[in-house]
Amino acid sequence: MADTATEAAPRPDERAGPPDPEGWHLSSPLVLTVTLLLLLLAQAPIRRALSAPVMQSWMTVFVAVVVQALPFLVLGVLLSAAVAVFVPPSVFARALPARPAAAVPVAGLAGAVVPGCECASVPVAGALMRRGVTPAAALAFLLSAPAINPIVLTATAVAFPGEPEMVLARFVASLVVACVMGWLWQRLGRTDWLRPPARPSYEGQGRGAAFWGSVRHDVMHAGGFLVIGAMAAATLKAVVPEQWLRAAADHPVVAVLALAVLAVLLSICSEADAFVAASLTQFSPTARLAFLVVGPMVDLKLFAMQAGTFGRAFALRFAPATFGVAVALAALTGAVLL
Amino acid sequence: MNRQAQAAVLFLLGASLLHAGATDLSLRYVKAGLRPLLLAAGTVLVAAAVATVWYERRNPAPRHHEPRVSWLLLLPVLALILVAPPALGSYSAMRTGTALQQPPAYAPLPAGDPVRLGVADYAARAVYDDGRSLRDRRVKITGFVALDRAGTPYLVRIALNCCAADGLPVKIGLTGRTPPVLQPDAWLEVTGTYTARRTKDPVNGGPIPFLDVTTARPVPEPADPYDESWNS
Repeated sequence: MADTATEAAPRPDERAGPPDPEGWHLSSPLVLTVTLLLLLLAQAPIRRALSAPVMQSWMTVFVAVVVQALPFLVLGVLLSAAVAVFVPPSVFARALPARPAAAVPVAGLAGAVVPGCECASVPVAGALMRRGVTPAAALAFLLSAPAINPIVLTATAVAFPGEPEMVLARFVASLVVACVMGWLWQRLGRTDWLRPPARPSYEGQGRGAAFWGSVRHDVMHAGGFLVIGAMAAATLKAVVPEQWLRAAADHPVVAVLALAVLAVLLSICSEADAFVAASLTQFSPTARLAFLVVGPMVDLKLFAMQAGTFGRAFALRFAPATFGVAVALAALTGAVLL
Repeated sequence: MNRQAQAAVLFLLGASLLHAGATDLSLRYVKAGLRPLLLAAGTVLVAAAVATVWYERRNPAPRHHEPRVSWLLLLPVLALILVAPPALGSYSAMRTGTALQQPPAYAPLPAGDPVRLGVADYAARAVYDDGRSLRDRRVKITGFVALDRAGTPYLVRIALNCCAADGLPVKIGLTGRTPPVLQPDAWLEVTGTYTARRTKDPVNGGPIPFLDVTTARPVPEPADPYDESWNS
């Protein structure tokens, strides 16, 4: 295989080596092998350096976030590949109303039937867009699917025993935020912000090749960004003291904002965030609702994955807008229902 | 990263998921219920690696490199295979407030002397039921040791709902005949009786009950170091 990948080498210093007169190139499999061998040899010093409690705690949370999210990422990637390869575009044209304004709430409600967490919804939303679903509807699906599916609502009911209004508030607020964001995108969104998820065309290949090509491509893209998000979440969990939160809990407005920001930083899987919200007993129910509404829609790991899938220009606009809408609607829903 | 390197990364990632899911290693990071999903995801990743190599041989694709961020996928592989960090322990436990919650009801204590209880079960009965169901009974509890700044020993179990990122500790203070030397993170099986003494967690003000220890013996870390009773 003459295929070279000098531009993909992980460290610039290795690429800056003296050029080989034979025209020999550093290929990425070679870099991979050398890196793995070096790390294997340096195992003992690495372990010693990582034995401090804060580093161990960081590593545990980092590995936990990645290991926990990978099965759901793989599920989403498989769904996305199946949509891309086996479902003809006409199916979506028939299932969704033709008018984008009407397609948004339908797509938002469709999120309720796809069990999974936010890691699965990013690749699926990308596949829907490529199959001709209007971006506004695909984005409404992207936001609602991790928040209002049966697994997540059941977990919320278990975490808040005797408080069914919390489940209702979460469902209503999340669905409304998803629809508002879909309509906002339809009114204000510009297609040049949204980099159409680029990938090699699978035309002219067999279905097997196209399917596995899509799986490989999505795992390599979204997986790398998942790792970035997991590192950020682990840093927060292992380094930032919990006492800081207590100071914020006393003020009603600050409390809502603090938990919304915490949801972004913690990047917990939406199937588990209700239990964490339930344990934040010093905060008001509305603040905890904000945590539950913001978390599945905007967090560090999702932001990294959205930037990787739809482009940075998109993520930089979409995530802050979603954050603002989610906080405002969670506060409103909390004032009415809780 | 070219196709072969991608296949290698996919394979390593899948193999480390299979390794973690097939052994008790995964229980340090995620709940036991995720195991079948880990094995399935690992199998899919290994299959994707094999398929990548297979189609590349039959029909070499034009050069198409994935972004450099894909290399980061090696980090969890290295962390799992080379380091295998331990389950959350006393460091996290003392930085996080106790997550004790009022249960909806109290089942009658099972028979047996001493009766075996979980950390969270004892703490909830002691705090929210004022120890009514615990009077005149000896209880046996397993957990790991954590020490606060003043040196007070606590018996802790971290409750897990999905993965270690959402793990929250439940703490019981130890009083009475505690062992003279206590190492943080050491696992203990403690036998004792209810005492009305309580304290407040300095981190979040949550209630921490005490246990009057009669005997304590070191035990190995259980296969599942977390308390998963919340998600059952």
